[in-house]
Amino acid sequence: MPDRSVLLDHITIRFGNFTAVDNANLKINSGEFFSFLGPSGCGKTTMLRCISGFSEPTEGKVLIGGKDMAGVGPNKRPTALIFQHLALFPLMTVAENIAFPLEVRGVSKKERRKKADELLEMIALPGIGDKKPGELSGGQKQRVAIARALAVEPDILLLDEPLSALDLKLRQHMRTELRAIQKQVGVTFIYITHDQGEALTMSDRVAVMSRGVIEQVGEPDRIYNRPRSAFVASFVGENNAVEGIIKGQSGETAALETPMGTFEARVGGGRKYKAGDKALLFVRPEQLIPGESANAFQSVLSRQEFEGATNHVFANTGDQELRISMVNAGLAGSLPGQGETLSLGFRPLNATILPVGHMASEA
Amino acid sequence: MNRHTLFGGAYAIAFFSFLFGPLIIMSMTAFNSSRFPRVSPWECFTTGWFNELFGNARLMEGLLNSVIIGVGVVALAVPIGLAGALALSELPAKLRAALYTVLILPILIPGVVLGISTIVLWGQISRGMGAGFLYNGYFLTIVGQITFVSAYAMLVFIARLQRFDATQTEAALDLGATPGQAFRKILLPFMAPAIGSAAFITLLASFENYNTTVFTVLSESTFTTALASKVRHGTDPSLSALAVIIITITLVGALTNEALQRRKEAEMGGRASRSPLYLNPVTRTLTHPGVVLAILVAVIGGISYAGSQHDSSVCEAGVLQEKLDRQEELRAAQRAKIEAMEAEQEKTLPKSNSAFGGAFGGLGTPAPAPEPAPKPESPSAFGGAFGGITAPKTDE
Repeated sequence: MPDRSVLLDHITIRFGNFTAVDNANLKINSGEFFSFLGPSGCGKTTMLRCISGFSEPTEGKVLIGGKDMAGVGPNKRPTALIFQHLALFPLMTVAENIAFPLEVRGVSKKERRKKADELLEMIALPGIGDKKPGELSGGQKQRVAIARALAVEPDILLLDEPLSALDLKLRQHMRTELRAIQKQVGVTFIYITHDQGEALTMSDRVAVMSRGVIEQVGEPDRIYNRPRSAFVASFVGENNAVEGIIKGQSGETAALETPMGTFEARVGGGRKYKAGDKALLFVRPEQLIPGESANAFQSVLSRQEFEGATNHVFANTGDQELRISMVNAGLAGSLPGQGETLSLGFRPLNATILPVGHMASEA
Repeated sequence: MNRHTLFGGAYAIAFFSFLFGPLIIMSMTAFNSSRFPRVSPWECFTTGWFNELFGNARLMEGLLNSVIIGVGVVALAVPIGLAGALALSELPAKLRAALYTVLILPILIPGVVLGISTIVLWGQISRGMGAGFLYNGYFLTIVGQITFVSAYAMLVFIARLQRFDATQTEAALDLGATPGQAFRKILLPFMAPAIGSAAFITLLASFENYNTTVFTVLSESTFTTALASKVRHGTDPSLSALAVIIITITLVGALTNEALQRRKEAEMGGRASRSPLYLNPVTRTLTHPGVVLAILVAVIGGISYAGSQHDSSVCEAGVLQEKLDRQEELRAAQRAKIEAMEAEQEKTLPKSNSAFGGAFGGLGTPAPAPEPAPKPESPSAFGGAFGGITAPKTDE
């Protein structure tokens, strides 16, 4: 098994005065499905172009399979890139598209056709080889683009938001399919997305980026449950943020005084606080439980949004509006009415105290 | 029919007559035997003006020169235009605007200026470097025309390049193509239609150019300059014959191109696999652009051959005879008129022989009367003016 790892060794990329990527340092393991997640303009596409060889880092090194890639052009790297708009060649047939990497390597026409048919078989679209890309549906184009990239037999497949142009159902279907193809071919996938649903469902690990900085790297559940910064907490999933002042810390948890009361919660990122420090408390909507005795407080229900399996309930305590997710209990259950007082609480380990920093809406 | 469609129809007719009327009239004059290009009076149907056209050595030589120069201009201006367009697409916006202006400038400069400056520059170069062979009409015309014709080509390429998705080139590179391969296999096929139109436009621009060419061509002549000097000496219907040929070539080209475009569109959009026109092997073959071209060429060839067999000499001799008869008739009438006048003059001849006799007689001293002025004798219509020339012949 070849070494299909990618090492980003203290990468900084600048365009003039603008720093697009600031000191990124991480290792992507061989055969991993790895995602870069972040809002647009966070530097993730720049990072991808740097790995694929379209741009060189201002500082630092990219190592693929342990080899330094400095000065190696995109056509010489063991990577294949799937573009956001796929970049299929409209004047060529599907088979010619897929066999293009072989054509430029001087493989014979017969051989090329055979390989193209094999790959079409793999993406479950046999017999469309003679069509033009213009005749295919969105999902078919997607799969043809993947087949074309795999024809290079790359060690690393880079995907630049390839699903963003598809409709919701197809997108969800392609997530499963991408994951299955990745398991089948064993190639390292590096996936760029601003859609956290895609990143969390498909990836082995996720790197969350903001303003050129990698905020956190980890498995999807750790990213969600143990955010290390205010940005990650607010960008990944829904979250309620409450400002407050630290009263004291004891090991894993700390007490935070907020306008809604004083709460005890887990300290994120293993940080140390002293009394009087400003901090943010993050509580997920599904962790705010009616009638919970820990960290209990009162609030007034203001409005509801019905969304099938869950109900989004909004409640006010003082100036603070909180978002609460409630499982739809069906006809047997009942929801509190508007204007009713609701007693809420949350378990200390299910809430996170993080230092004040920029949040997703400000990114 | 309501008023709007009536007006619209009338407007359309007026518009198209304005547009095509001159062409139609001119084409008709090519087949009238009258020495002056006109439709009315219609004399005889003739194809003789085509013979006259092809028999004009100066025009035919100019045509050959134009083809040589045209091919040279296309071969150089198209790559230069493509390179310019590519360079523009790669530059940052500010620099691009500046370079664009510079590259477009030759179109705005009067052709006369370009022509003269070309001779001056290359005259210097050829004298300075002792490369006198550079100073010839073909070379100078090609370089002179290229200065602005390549800008036309560039405009065509810029328009096409704006629709090019640059990630296509990146994708090709990423898939292992060298920059050269990406250019040949991705960009060039995309640019192919634009290369075709640029070649066509540059060929036409070179062919029809007069202002620059008339200077740079030196002692040679191109078709256009030969034509211009011919027209200066008066026009005849062989130029209409030329117009007919050019219009025919244009129509054939346009129809073939249309067939080609429609077929391509049907194939790209997947309509080809459903349309009955393309499924039936007979109609499929018939609508192939190559077949369309072959049919058109065959039809025109047949008409040309039939036309070349047509002999209008009998009719023309008839018309000539008619003209002579008419002339004779007029002459006879004239003669009769003059004779009548002479008879009148005999009667009223005054005592003094001189026409001015009375007028000068009173002024002068009593001297002998002047010699009598010769009596007007010419019966010709121009009698007085051309008396000396025509009188001896007609007055017999």
